[in-house]
Amino acid sequence: MQFRLLPALALCLSLLGAACTSSASRSAESKSTLKAPKQRRLAPDFALKDINGQTVRLSDLKGKVVLLNFWATWCGPCKIEIPWFMDFEQRFKDRGFAVVGVSMDDEGWEIVKPFLERLKVNYRVVIGNEEVSQAYGGVESLPTTLMIDREGRVASVHVGLVSRKEYEREIQELLDVE
Amino acid sequence: MWSRFAFFLLAAVTAAAQPAQVLTVSAPLRTSAKRGGEMTLKLTIKLKDGYHVNSNKPAEDYLIPLRLTWDKGPFEPLETVYPAPRLENYSFSAKPVSVFSGAFEVTARFRVAPSAPTGITALSGKLRYQACTDKMCLPPKTVDVKAPVEVH
Repeated sequence: MQFRLLPALALCLSLLGAACTSSASRSAESKSTLKAPKQRRLAPDFALKDINGQTVRLSDLKGKVVLLNFWATWCGPCKIEIPWFMDFEQRFKDRGFAVVGVSMDDEGWEIVKPFLERLKVNYRVVIGNEEVSQAYGGVESLPTTLMIDREGRVASVHVGLVSRKEYEREIQELLDVE
Repeated sequence: MWSRFAFFLLAAVTAAAQPAQVLTVSAPLRTSAKRGGEMTLKLTIKLKDGYHVNSNKPAEDYLIPLRLTWDKGPFEPLETVYPAPRLENYSFSAKPVSVFSGAFEVTARFRVAPSAPTGITALSGKLRYQACTDKMCLPPKTVDVKAPVEVH
């Protein structure tokens, strides 16, 4: 008799689990930190040189989810995020994701190049300028990070240090939209 | 009379620093000095709550130090004394970070040239700093520092 009840109990538990999962995912959706697609504006395009002298255009990355990070070597909180971004680049690049770092160091490659080499940064980094900073609303505080969707629109803006989980959740959410 | 008033007013608020007024520097309204003698100037630096600047000797070479420099003129800089820094632990640094926060004083000592003109002379310099909170940083900034000195 007791054994005959086991399948029913298992079914109940699995339904309860599904209900919990569904509820959790609804909760996660409602907590999305991304702007609704209709509210997103096109990210300003730029053409800046990378460490190899090659021009990186944001518009060339259309179709990919882009994490655009304004940073500088003298910015301590920026240093916390760099290993996260390296991990994201590694894990998600095959799903149509790219990290682009925009260094705001006045000294340019002279100081940025050894820094990137020391940290073995695996994503594209360019040297920013006042024009790009102004195009993005006057980037003053660092880090400032934008999540850009596959259509090249700004889905979120983060000023200051944000949790790794928040970035990861946003990337997953944007990558899941085909 | 008015020019002297304007000069003092200028000295009272020398550095309206970042747009958010993160740092201000103020010099005494007047400092007296004798030709050929020595003079000490105390600057009061105030940081907005929650912000810090790297000290004059940050522990890490990538951090930009607080630095006070003086323009050439009849006042020869002899020494700049910064306060003892606080050593703060931040998650981005393996070592404690040497910082200043709140209000603090920097004292500068000068030798006054024997040929210095008598009367009020502007002592001018620059303060370079880089401010952060524990979550974000502002770009390095250089602000003018001006102090009126009455030479006898």
